Amino acid sequence: MKYAWIWLAAIALLTGCAHQETLYTWGHYEDQIYSSYAEPGKMSPEMQVEQLEQDYQIARATNKRMHPGFHAQLGYLYVQLGKLDQARQEFATEKADFPESAVLMDRLTANLAKQ
Amino acid sequence: MNTPKLIRQLGVSAAALVLAGCATKPYDYTNFREHPPRSILVLPPLNESAAVEGTYSYLSTVTRPLAERGYYVFPVAIVDQLLRENGMPTPGEMHQVPLSKVAEIIGADAVMYITVKEYGTKYQVLSSVPTVSAVAKLVDTRTGILLWDGKVVLVQKSNGSGSLLADLIVAVVAQAVNTTSDQAHNLCGPANVILFTKKDQGLLYGPYHPADAASVQ
Repeated sequence: MKYAWIWLAAIALLTGCAHQETLYTWGHYEDQIYSSYAEPGKMSPEMQVEQLEQDYQIARATNKRMHPGFHAQLGYLYVQLGKLDQARQEFATEKADFPESAVLMDRLTANLAKQ
Repeated sequence: MNTPKLIRQLGVSAAALVLAGCATKPYDYTNFREHPPRSILVLPPLNESAAVEGTYSYLSTVTRPLAERGYYVFPVAIVDQLLRENGMPTPGEMHQVPLSKVAEIIGADAVMYITVKEYGTKYQVLSSVPTVSAVAKLVDTRTGILLWDGKVVLVQKSNGSGSLLADLIVAVVAQAVNTTSDQAHNLCGPANVILFTKKDQGLLYGPYHPADAASVQ
């Protein structure tokens, strides 16, 4: 088992990395970030949430991991909709998936109490 | 993998690089290896191009290649909003944020500072050439040490047909269909992939990438 990654790396080298497996599912995240700045208001927070929740369902069905920031962004949209319990849950999921986000997620969660 | 074998392999790839005429020296990763970050905060880029949309167009394409390289990347829109709420309404002000404040508010191991140098279209005789160029540096939040820096220039090549009239028609149609902004935006993602993953010049693999253990030793 110790050498598993070396084998994988060797296979990747031999196959010329033709088959590039991504670490995460990306769905509509980047498109949404771009359009929210390029055309603010074009997509309502409701529509964005719906799209991201669909991305999540597809990822779960195919056993893929959601990318860093996905659950944080979803939570942020839920805050805009006033759905604070769902927001809290998404921030907790982001923190559980990626402990590196703990300081920021704790801050966002604490801010919810002030709303 | 034993060491002599690794050295032999490195020797082979070095030889291949020399043969390929790629004389660029590998990046010095000493600082990077001494302070390997797990998490990266990407600030909204400074924009030196004439296109106002350069900052956020570019910002929206940075997360994916960094995360796929193995790092935790903080949600860029939330960070942007948080910095605005903390008295930093523009990228210029955000790039001046004290590192101690980044550590306190966001808890990032490292900060990525990007400057978009060119974003948009260069007009040439027959056609316009979408171009994006940027420089980036990664700084350790705790020590302020520079971990990595890099630059990228990406120009979209178009294939002429050989016929002046046909080229003119194609150029007009292409401009009608794609706004120049869309074309430049579509280059940002590939530009970042080159910037962050180019062999011997890009970022080392981060902790979520399966190759990480091999790159750190």
